[in-house]
Amino acid sequence: MAIGEHTLVALVLHQPGVLNRISGMFRRRGFNISSLTVGQSESEDLARMTFVVQGDDATVEQVTKQLYKLVDVVRVTDLDEDNSIVREMALVKVSATNQNRSEIIQISEIFRSKIVDVGAETVVIEITGDQSKIDRFIILLQPFGIREVMRTGAVAMSRGNAVTAQIDNNVSGASRVNNRPKDYDQNL
Amino acid sequence: MKLTGAQMVCESLIREGVDTMFGIPGGAILPLYQTFHQYPQLKHILVRHEQGAAMAADGYYRVTGKVGVAMATSGPGATNLVTGLATAQMDSTAIVAITGQVSRGAIGKDAFQECDITGVTLPVTKHNYLVMDIHDIPRVIKEAFYLAKSGRPGPVLVDIPKDLFTEEAEFIYPETVEIPGYNPTLEGNMSQIKKAASLINSAKKPVILSGHGAVLSRAFDEVKDLAERAQIPVITTLLGISSFPETHVLSLGMPGMHGVAYASMALDQADLIVSLGARFDDRVTGKLSSFAPNAKIIHIDIDPSVIGQNVRTQVPLVGDVKSVLQTLIPQVKQNNHEDWVQHIEEMRINHPSLRLKEKDNLTQQYIIKKISDITQGGAVVVTGVGQHQMWTAQYYTFSQPNSWVTSGGLGTMGFEVPAAMGAQVGKPDSVVWSICGDGGFQMTLSDLATIVENKLPIKFAIMNNHFLGMVRQWQHLFYEDTFTATQYSGNPDFVKLAEAYGIHSFRVTEKSEVDNAITDAMEHDGPVLIDFMVDPEENVYPMIPPGESVLEIVEEPTEEPTWR
Ligand SMILES: Cc1ncc(C[n+]2csc(CCOP(=O)(O)OP(=O)(O)O)c2C)c(N)n1
Repeated sequence: MAIGEHTLVALVLHQPGVLNRISGMFRRRGFNISSLTVGQSESEDLARMTFVVQGDDATVEQVTKQLYKLVDVVRVTDLDEDNSIVREMALVKVSATNQNRSEIIQISEIFRSKIVDVGAETVVIEITGDQSKIDRFIILLQPFGIREVMRTGAVAMSRGNAVTAQIDNNVSGASRVNNRPKDYDQNL
Repeated sequence: MKLTGAQMVCESLIREGVDTMFGIPGGAILPLYQTFHQYPQLKHILVRHEQGAAMAADGYYRVTGKVGVAMATSGPGATNLVTGLATAQMDSTAIVAITGQVSRGAIGKDAFQECDITGVTLPVTKHNYLVMDIHDIPRVIKEAFYLAKSGRPGPVLVDIPKDLFTEEAEFIYPETVEIPGYNPTLEGNMSQIKKAASLINSAKKPVILSGHGAVLSRAFDEVKDLAERAQIPVITTLLGISSFPETHVLSLGMPGMHGVAYASMALDQADLIVSLGARFDDRVTGKLSSFAPNAKIIHIDIDPSVIGQNVRTQVPLVGDVKSVLQTLIPQVKQNNHEDWVQHIEEMRINHPSLRLKEKDNLTQQYIIKKISDITQGGAVVVTGVGQHQMWTAQYYTFSQPNSWVTSGGLGTMGFEVPAAMGAQVGKPDSVVWSICGDGGFQMTLSDLATIVENKLPIKFAIMNNHFLGMVRQWQHLFYEDTFTATQYSGNPDFVKLAEAYGIHSFRVTEKSEVDNAITDAMEHDGPVLIDFMVDPEENVYPMIPPGESVLEIVEEPTEEPTWR
């Protein structure tokens, strides 16, 4: 089983303490997550979270099951890399002088990022993309002197009709996907 | 109907069928306690330490199947519950703990006796709540009981700020619970059940591995049906003990680190393991890479996360053990597995793990065997953790379903006193024996007072070896007899101690006195404490050293083994 990055999306109750329950579970079970984001979903009482998890398929299966064990977690979807959109935003503050500012702007344009602040000695750039694009962007800016990087962590969604961690009015009924043995059959 | 928050708690508890609660009051929970006199149907048992409240609630649940209730005040009262909650969490037992919290306005300000108990207990509860609105009290309590007892049971804590107890609001008790993220699967998937049946029908060397899930789902008849129908030997994990009568010819007993050799060997040689609510803990499997190398595994469990967690599974089957077995059994063909059963019988003869040594010394094995004989394997038996626990698991022949109460997953010393208390409260007419280590007993003996106050006729057998015996055994086997910090040279006179509490008590030093002592204890109406002065140097065998396979088993050393 290949070790790699998996992107999981979970629908969770939008309540105080939920983030603590989830991050606590990751910590105590020793799962590695490289990013975790949370925000309101299309339904007021539910939030969507995106996790980028490191591990093999068995680890991801355990992560999924352990997430489901938390009472506040409603649905979990392991996103198929080829069929999903993963985006992260970053703000990058770099040192800039009159001599090199235009070069920085040029690089920003190539990455289709936005200059959102220009100061006497710095510029702040807003960039959106998948993680590797942001990684590469930051590397290119390093020679100018990076003052500060703020990344949001990944958010993700599946392409086309499919809805990740779908909100289903029937969600408290038998339609939950978690306890279905077919999930585990995949693992045979 | 307008009620105070405190009245709401009581009304809710009554609606959940609660009649007994264990706890200790204090400032933050006092307004709740002060309403108890309005509800005489709620019996509150005042314990001596909150750990005892949680463990008594646990023992109560284990023997009755009714959710145990523990109560404590904020801060230290609540933190004292933690070990009991963790014990319950590891063994999947249903407790609802209700704690008082400082008033809402004081939360987060390091107020007197403030502790973030929902934060503290996050990893040791199935779920917990901090109630911040009086209107939520009924719903939260209903949910707490539902979560505690349904699915894979577990402890749930409800923290209620003091000012909510005295506020008033309309009391409406919800009829149903709606928790969108919680919907345990009880019935097995049909196609998986079919696969399981066909594996069982074609197996040549099948075994049943019966765990706590079989006990918790009360699948006693079903386990027996399955075993008898296809003549499949039954191995019971530490917590699976008393899911299947040990007097049955197909019963092999406990496998693993201190299991009987033939049970571990049968697991090792099996071509099919039908696991019923067991989770393949490392004490059972030993070295995972060489565990049951030829076996396919049908893993039946209500908690999907334990399936595939430690061992590879051919047929994962999520559901309640009892319900799954009821569907599965009709699809299982009658069989006799003659060669396999015969082979196991031979192993039983060639590897007699439970033969008593011809020794003049007073040994724990001998005492426990005698208690087993005299009670005809029919008592409710509670233990602490350590050597005496393993010997009880080995030498007590459990003939009655669900009659074994022990801390398996967390291995919590001190469980023996309060859990026995809860068990006796839950089953007032049963004979309850508490087999105690002198170490564990001293961790929680303060509840002897509670036991006397409540006239609980528990029979305590202290296996007094003046050592933290199990640790001493490890020091002997793995640390060249360096006995650091394991000797209890200053034990009190337990007989005098018991007498000080008003408990009938006596000491036994000779083998010849054992029978009479046990019979006397049984004939005495109230609680009894026997101080058995046992051989301190006995070690528990068989033993598979940690992280090793069954091939490394030491059954009964003539010379002491060296694993150093
Ligand atoms: C609360 C707690 N502390 C420490 C341990 C570690 N431990 C496991 S067995 C054992 C010795 C138990 O001694 P005793 O209760 O006298 O029983 P014995 O092994 O002698 O039968 C210890 C200290 C534990 N299991 N639980």
